Amino acid sequence: MIRLTDVVKEYPNGTHALNGLSLEIHDGEFVFMVGPSGSGKSTVIKLLIGEIEPSEGRVMVNGFSLRNIKEWQIPFMRRTVGVIFQDFRLIEHKSVYDNMVFAMRAVGAGPKEIKKRIPYCLRLVGLENKSRRLPSELSGGEQQRVAIARALLNNPSTIIADEPTGNLDPARSLEIMRLLERINALGTTVLVVTHEKDLVNRFDKRVIMLEQGRVIGDGKGYYGGRKLQ
Amino acid sequence: MSKHNLFYFAREGAFNMFSHGFMSFAAIGITVACLLIMGTFTLVAVNANAMLAELEAQNQMLAFVDKDLSETEARALEKELTKIDNVARATFISNEEAAAAFRSRYEDDDLFQGLPDDNFRHRYAIDLEDIGYMSQTKKALEAVPGIGEGNVTAYEDEAAGFITIRNVAGIVCIVLIAVLFVVSVFIMANTIKLTTFDRRDEIAIMKMVGATNSFIRWPFVYEGFLMGLFSSVIGFFLQWGLYEAVARAVASNDTINLISVVPFEQMWVYVAAIFAVSGMLIGVGGSLSAIRRFLQV
Repeated sequence: MIRLTDVVKEYPNGTHALNGLSLEIHDGEFVFMVGPSGSGKSTVIKLLIGEIEPSEGRVMVNGFSLRNIKEWQIPFMRRTVGVIFQDFRLIEHKSVYDNMVFAMRAVGAGPKEIKKRIPYCLRLVGLENKSRRLPSELSGGEQQRVAIARALLNNPSTIIADEPTGNLDPARSLEIMRLLERINALGTTVLVVTHEKDLVNRFDKRVIMLEQGRVIGDGKGYYGGRKLQ
Repeated sequence: MSKHNLFYFAREGAFNMFSHGFMSFAAIGITVACLLIMGTFTLVAVNANAMLAELEAQNQMLAFVDKDLSETEARALEKELTKIDNVARATFISNEEAAAAFRSRYEDDDLFQGLPDDNFRHRYAIDLEDIGYMSQTKKALEAVPGIGEGNVTAYEDEAAGFITIRNVAGIVCIVLIAVLFVVSVFIMANTIKLTTFDRRDEIAIMKMVGATNSFIRWPFVYEGFLMGLFSSVIGFFLQWGLYEAVARAVASNDTINLISVVPFEQMWVYVAAIFAVSGMLIGVGGSLSAIRRFLQV
């Protein structure tokens, strides 16, 4: 579960990114977070993955309080969250399979676990036949699917996707969203941060809208009685 | 640390080292050079110390026995003399032996050949444990009945000279070794910093998926360790070759045996151990200092 309570974030340069933001995402939910540039979406992601600390307020992620978290606990918190970025963040000189091995090795997984888990995750995203390809030999949509498979490797309870379709055409974007929907159906909480309103409107999901570091709307598929424009 | 993690770290460390071949070669080369300079200075210091010790041993004091004492009474003083602190050995020299030695030293000069034995006094050649306490020992010897004040000759200025040389050489050596060590760590740190900079995306991914700092750090520590170890091994054999070459050159030029070189075989274990420890400390220290900045994510 994710819970932010009266969170204020002020950067050292004086920028107020979040101004008393509160929200709650329950286990198993699929949530879109939308908002214009500078609304605080990226700051929320950075807070949720322990990259920055809140100036005020409380942030809880899967049982970890990020206000009082010890430095050594952060990696263990991150293992409960799979993160997907717009630019995929794959290692170019490693094959799809080796990218996955790299991510599993990083959390100390053993060879048996690696052999079992990677084919399962690649099957889930439909890339079991492309495991020996380099990222550069895949399309943008396929690369994002690899990134999703990598995010699922450590069996996280939450997936956070930061503009996952930003580099993809509409058809591939829809494909990625459908994949995230399927992953959500398996019980994983999914938070998708995006500014693509058309895509959001195609799904009947909860939408949290941010503006100037505050939640200005929170509803299912609609905001303020009308579809997001 | 589990077995498969250990293999993983070692493999990644070796891979890092070879994948940045030129930089690794440069770091190893410079570390070898620093180790060689450090080693050469240390070995020069060891040899200088050995030679000084030899010269110190030759710096004997002479304690002249009262003229009125018979040879038997004079010999009886030995026990008392050896009881004095800092006296390593007291060797009795009778007046006949002293006269014979004197005559043989001036055998070409007829003037000295007719000197009677009675002109010479019984004496003791005193070897000291530490020439740094020469004046105190001299006073203690003069206080012994049968020797008396003014009857002990000591080359105090020469002794002070030896001590100064030894102290200055020691300080210069320590300062040089410390400076070269810091330089080596700095160079190694910069090399590994380049490696880590090159792999910053991989480090970011590792952090993102939940790798601990120690897990990220270990391959770089292994890389530094391996580079340090390679440097030590190469440096050791080069040092050995260099030392033997210098020893041979000294032996062939120093016909009067003024300089005695300590054989490398007597010291190789210490040299190898010091090189191994220094190399590994330089490598591991350098990698730890390089990786620190990249872990603050």
